[in-house]
Amino acid sequence: MLRQNWWKIICVVALIYTCIEGFLGSVPALPIINETIRNLYFHVAMWFGMMILFIVSVVYSIKYLRTNNHIFDIYALEYAKGGIVFGCLGLLTGSIWAGFTWGAFWSNDPKQLGAVIALLIYFAYLVLRNSMTDMDKRARIGAVYNIFAFAMLFPTIWIIPRMVESLHPGGMGNPALDSNDIDKRMRIVFWPGAVPGWTLLGVWITTLRIRLQLLTEKKHTSEPTKKKFSHA
Amino acid sequence: MTEESLRFAAKLSVIRAFSQIFALFRKDLLLEIRQQYTFYGVLLYVASTIFVLYLSMGEPEGPVWKGLFWMIQLFVCVNAVAKSFLQEGRGRLLYFFSITSPGNFIVAKLIFNAGLMLLMSLVSLGLFVLMLGNPMPNPVVFIFISCLGGMSLSLVFTFLAAIAARAQQSAALMAILGFPLVIPQLLLLSKISNIAFAEVIQGGLAGMIAVLVGLDVMLVALSLILFPFLWKD
Repeated sequence: MLRQNWWKIICVVALIYTCIEGFLGSVPALPIINETIRNLYFHVAMWFGMMILFIVSVVYSIKYLRTNNHIFDIYALEYAKGGIVFGCLGLLTGSIWAGFTWGAFWSNDPKQLGAVIALLIYFAYLVLRNSMTDMDKRARIGAVYNIFAFAMLFPTIWIIPRMVESLHPGGMGNPALDSNDIDKRMRIVFWPGAVPGWTLLGVWITTLRIRLQLLTEKKHTSEPTKKKFSHA
Repeated sequence: MTEESLRFAAKLSVIRAFSQIFALFRKDLLLEIRQQYTFYGVLLYVASTIFVLYLSMGEPEGPVWKGLFWMIQLFVCVNAVAKSFLQEGRGRLLYFFSITSPGNFIVAKLIFNAGLMLLMSLVSLGLFVLMLGNPMPNPVVFIFISCLGGMSLSLVFTFLAAIAARAQQSAALMAILGFPLVIPQLLLLSKISNIAFAEVIQGGLAGMIAVLVGLDVMLVALSLILFPFLWKD
C-alpha cells in the first residue's frame, strides 16, 4: 500500500503543514498587504497546480496522437479539467486578495485578463469535444486542439501580461517570488508545503476522476455482452 | 547511391513540394477568380457593416475607431477564411489526400488565406478611412500594421477552419473556438496600433511586434506539425 500511496501521504502532510503554518505562522508585517500576504500559500500555488496539470494534459494529448490509445485521451481530458478547476480557484483567490489590497475585486489588470483568456481557451476545448459524437474523431481533434491551445497559453499568460503595466506583484518593481523578495519564513512554507501539496491534491483528484471514467466506460462496453448472456 | 545523387534526390523532392504548393494555391486562386464569391461576398459584408457604423456613429474618436477596426477585421477574417475548408467536399478532400502531402496542402491554404486577408485588410482600411474619417496622425504606418494583423488573424483561423471542417460543423464552431484564441493577438494588435494613433511613440512597442511575429511563426509551425493528424481518418 505504501508503495502506491506514498505521494498521497506527502500531499496530506504538506497541506496540513501549509494550512497550519499558513494561518498561524509568522509573516512579515507590511502596510496595505497586512495579513493578506498569506494568500501566497493559496493563490500562487493554484497557478503552479494549474500549469502542471495543463502540461501533463498536453503530454497525454501528444501520447494519444502517437499511439492512438484511447486511455491517453481520457487522461488528457481529465487533467485539463483539473487544470481548469485550479485556474478558477486561482482567479477567485486572486480576486478576493485584490479586493482587499487594490481596492477592487476586478480592475482589468493584464494578469487578471490573461488568466480569464486562458480559461476561455480551455472552455473552448471542452465545447469542441462535446460538439462531436464519434469517439475516435473526438479524441484526435480534441488532442490537436489541446496542443494548439497550450501553445497559445504561453503568450496569453506568460509573455503579454509581462510587457504591459500591471499592479500585480512581480512587475513594475513590486516584489514577488524572486528569492531576494520572498521572506525566509514564507519560503519554507511555500516551496516545500504549498506548491507540492496543492499540485498533488490536483493530481489525486484527477486520478480519481480518471478511474471513474475508465470504470464507466468498462461498464458501457461490457453491458451488451451481459445482455447476450441473459438471453441465453 | 553516391552523395551527389542523394543531393539531387533531395533537391528534386523540394522542387516537387514547391510545385505542389503552387498548384494547390493556383487552384484556390482560379476557383476564386471564376466563382467570385468570397471576395465580393466579404466586400459586401465589410461595406455594409462599415456603412451601418457610419450611420450610427458618424466619425468616431481614435480609440473607438481602432477598436471597431479590429473587431470588424475579426469578423471579416472568420467569414473570409471559413470557406477555405468548408467548401472542400468529402470526395474532393479524399482526392487531395491521395495526390499530395498534408504539409503542402496546409501551406497552400495558409498562403492563400493570408493573401486574401491582406487584400481584405487593405479594402476595409480604405472603406474605414472613407466613411469613418481618419483620426490617425500616422496613417501610412497603420497600413503595414493592418496588413500584419490581417495575416496573423488568417493564420489562426485557417487552422481552426481545418479543425471545424473535420468536426463537420459549420462556421459557428470556428467562431466559438477562435474568439478566445485570438484575444491575445487582438490585444497585441490594439497596442501596436498606438504607433499610428499616438503623436508620441511609447516604448516597448518594438518588443510587441516581435512577439506578434514570433506568434505567427509558431502558428505556422504548429499548423504544419498538427495538420497531418487532422488529415487522416
